Amino acid sequence: MQTKVENNKAWFLVLPVFIIVAFSAIIPLMTVVNYSVQDIFDQNTSYFVGAEWFKQVMLDSRLHDALIRQFLFSFTILLIEIPLGIGVALMMPTKGKSASLCLILVAIPLLIPWNVVGTIWQIFGREDIGLFGAFMGAIGVDYNYASDPVDAWSTVVLMDVWHWTPLVALLCYSGLRAIPEVYYQAARIDQASRWAVFRYIQLPKLTNVLIIGVLLRFMDSFMIYTEPFVLTGGGPGSSTTFLSQALVQQAIGQFDLGPAAAFSLVYFLIILLVCWVFYTTIMNMQKDK
Amino acid sequence: MTQSSTTHTNKSSAAKTYGTAETVQAPVYSRAERKARNATRRSRLGMVIYLVLLLLPIYWLINMSFKTNTEILSGLSFFPEHFTLDNYAKIFGDPTWYMGYINSTLYVVMNMVISLLVALPAAYAFSRYRFVGDKHMFFWLLSNRMAPPAVFLLPFFQLYSSVGLFDTHIAVALAHCLFNVPLAVWILEGFMSGVPREIDETAYIDGYTFPKFFVRIFIPLIRSGIGVTAFFCFMFSWVELLLARTLTSVEAKPIAAIMTRTVSASGMDWGLLAAAGVLTIIPGMLVIYFVRNHVAKGFALGRV
Repeated sequence: MQTKVENNKAWFLVLPVFIIVAFSAIIPLMTVVNYSVQDIFDQNTSYFVGAEWFKQVMLDSRLHDALIRQFLFSFTILLIEIPLGIGVALMMPTKGKSASLCLILVAIPLLIPWNVVGTIWQIFGREDIGLFGAFMGAIGVDYNYASDPVDAWSTVVLMDVWHWTPLVALLCYSGLRAIPEVYYQAARIDQASRWAVFRYIQLPKLTNVLIIGVLLRFMDSFMIYTEPFVLTGGGPGSSTTFLSQALVQQAIGQFDLGPAAAFSLVYFLIILLVCWVFYTTIMNMQKDK
Repeated sequence: MTQSSTTHTNKSSAAKTYGTAETVQAPVYSRAERKARNATRRSRLGMVIYLVLLLLPIYWLINMSFKTNTEILSGLSFFPEHFTLDNYAKIFGDPTWYMGYINSTLYVVMNMVISLLVALPAAYAFSRYRFVGDKHMFFWLLSNRMAPPAVFLLPFFQLYSSVGLFDTHIAVALAHCLFNVPLAVWILEGFMSGVPREIDETAYIDGYTFPKFFVRIFIPLIRSGIGVTAFFCFMFSWVELLLARTLTSVEAKPIAAIMTRTVSASGMDWGLLAAAGVLTIIPGMLVIYFVRNHVAKGFALGRV
């Protein structure tokens, strides 16, 4: 590790980034803070209500449910996507034309606009016009994502796994490519088993990319909005209403600016907290090594 | 089948003849080799299965886009019976449809350019210098990547309306900077840290000024990093809908928002929806085709 030079003039290089991100982050965030402590009737009438909205949000059972659902969803998809992604990365060919073909094909779901992902699964899962729905019907499963909460839930999970496992796979694939061939040769001389190679050579080298993968997937699944919105609209009932959706319903649907703003802040703080915990534990783990 | 089995025996016999020369090591080597070959075959099979499952939903969409609505609703089939291009013709013949694609492309490109321009110097600063508050700044930047767009929906709408940018491409491009600039800084910083500092120092000794060094020497060195960053910026800006939809109404409306039009009183126009969906996938495929050689490196975010 090279030591960095101390130089405060470097701030001038960071300044453009600071300005542009501040414009689209700090100003809106301050607006949200401003709303969260006021009761707004129209543009000119508003009262200061202090922490009232925060109290209301903290005690709102709908939001508790959405939060629990959100955590459950995020952990489910992490549990599926990370091992599956590693598996796919291990299976991907390493050389030649087939390698770049695989890369392109695997990456396709990542480049589809999120609402189109929702649309694809909306079509694919329908019993009358979709292959998946028809298949489930054919093997005798009573499947209907629009009316059964369990089906809706599993379809959203399946969709997310379909959509985002490629990201984990590609991250791991690039991590695997960075392992020098010598390591494998040494393992071959020691007659290491396939599992031993994975456990003691590949997995340690994948730690870094897996950290990024877990962090990205956690953050993004925590803000999931468009795909379930298109697929199930948060229903049936509110079984697939995650945090973002609950927030948008409140802010745009009911136009409760104050409570929605308080909710936004709480939501943002939860993400920030979880990510900070992730980030520091990981950094400490790396330092210990 | 026969051909593959003959090559199989050929190879193992070759291993055997090789084995007679070195009596002890050879059988072990060939067993390991056979195992490895089996493993490759198994993983190839697994990969094919995964790819089929992955591409099936997309194939279904493409398949549907070439069907008429009556055919879609009358039953399932893997190939369109009455192949039709009507759905595509409808999109390319109607400016309110195809302008959506142009709008989307415009703001995505704008966002890509802005993100790269501001992120390049900042990433250089983070990778080379220590300065007051650098770690906090970095975490703050990343925290914006974590901010749920839903939180910023309403304030964004009011902010851009009040500065008169509502319903322009630049508004969406700037809004997308919220998550793309931090990401760009993050990826570029990784790539830049991989370039030895001695290069900078040598250049300064040779009398290069900072801007000259940066443009002439440094940027060419991290070319692939820039390509990958551009790819990621494109990707996240192209797929985002919530902000893009909120910040536009007519002039800069993205294609993703226009697609909701297919729901009408007479029911869904599935064929048209499918065709529009297929067309949104194409730009992404083009971009990934261009960066395919760097993308493996880039997904490591230069940090492995």
